[in-house]
Amino acid sequence: MKFGVIVFPGSNCDDDMVHVLGNVMKQECVKIWHKDTQLEGFGPGDCIVLPGGFSYGDYLRSGAIARFSPIMKAVAEFAEQGGIVYGICNGFQILCEAGLLPGVLLRNTNQQYICKNVHLKTITTSTPLTASLASGQVLKIPIAHGDGRFYADEATMRELETNDQILFRYSTESGEITDAANPNGALYNIAGVCNKQRNVFGMMPHPERASEAILGNTDGRLLFESLVTLGQMAAATVAE
Amino acid sequence: MKFVADINIMPHKELLDPQGKAVANNLKNVGISGVQDVRIGKHISLNIEADSEAAARELVDTACRKLLANVIMESFQFELHEAEA
Repeated sequence: MKFGVIVFPGSNCDDDMVHVLGNVMKQECVKIWHKDTQLEGFGPGDCIVLPGGFSYGDYLRSGAIARFSPIMKAVAEFAEQGGIVYGICNGFQILCEAGLLPGVLLRNTNQQYICKNVHLKTITTSTPLTASLASGQVLKIPIAHGDGRFYADEATMRELETNDQILFRYSTESGEITDAANPNGALYNIAGVCNKQRNVFGMMPHPERASEAILGNTDGRLLFESLVTLGQMAAATVAE
Repeated sequence: MKFVADINIMPHKELLDPQGKAVANNLKNVGISGVQDVRIGKHISLNIEADSEAAARELVDTACRKLLANVIMESFQFELHEAEA
């Protein structure tokens, strides 16, 4: 499986992502500059990652300007063809602005940038990203954002539920979905979603910051392992 | 023809506006009472060159829909007037 990590001006988690995918997961991984217009050598079994950061300084709205970067047209085509697209934090915001994922990410309710470990309850396991997790499995992964309050209108929310598109909900350590466990005011504690075709993923927490024992937390690695193991197979099915 | 567009972008009414809420609370702290609600949005001003007012209007509308506003979370309205020479 080949990974491409898009670098926007203001991305700052690109190196962490390349390190985890290349050195920890031992996968082929290249950086792709946002001004490139083609994803050459990437097929439906591969994965394009939009990393965290502050693309274009979060000007106007988080992700609003990056979503018009030249590479985004190729990313949309790649997703259309069944390739896996995975946005983390600012990458999630960009995918929402681009319309590749439903909803939007608003300013945290407490108006503050929050950087801490949170617990996530796994909701759907019918995606390449979460297939090797158990339904309801609780992961500890850090968040680091100011604009993470997921919001979508009622009709969209119903669709997310009906189509089983919710990846994770903020929860307590034991997996209870409570207001106190919701760090940013996200609707229904939503921390991550996928598209209807189940090949585009977005989440606010940073699994690349929780993938090595030396960092004291390896729960994030489970997601990359799931992707690598099942990604190619699932993506091939989508492409059919 | 030269035009100026004054665009106001506001968060949807049903959305919590934490920034507005914080300001509303602080108005009380500086001794200003009677403000019942505060909503905070953005004001964007565009200088435009277009063939007609209708063309300028369409350009601003497209700019708002494509980039300046995200209609999932906010609504926009604008006023257009001819620029002073």
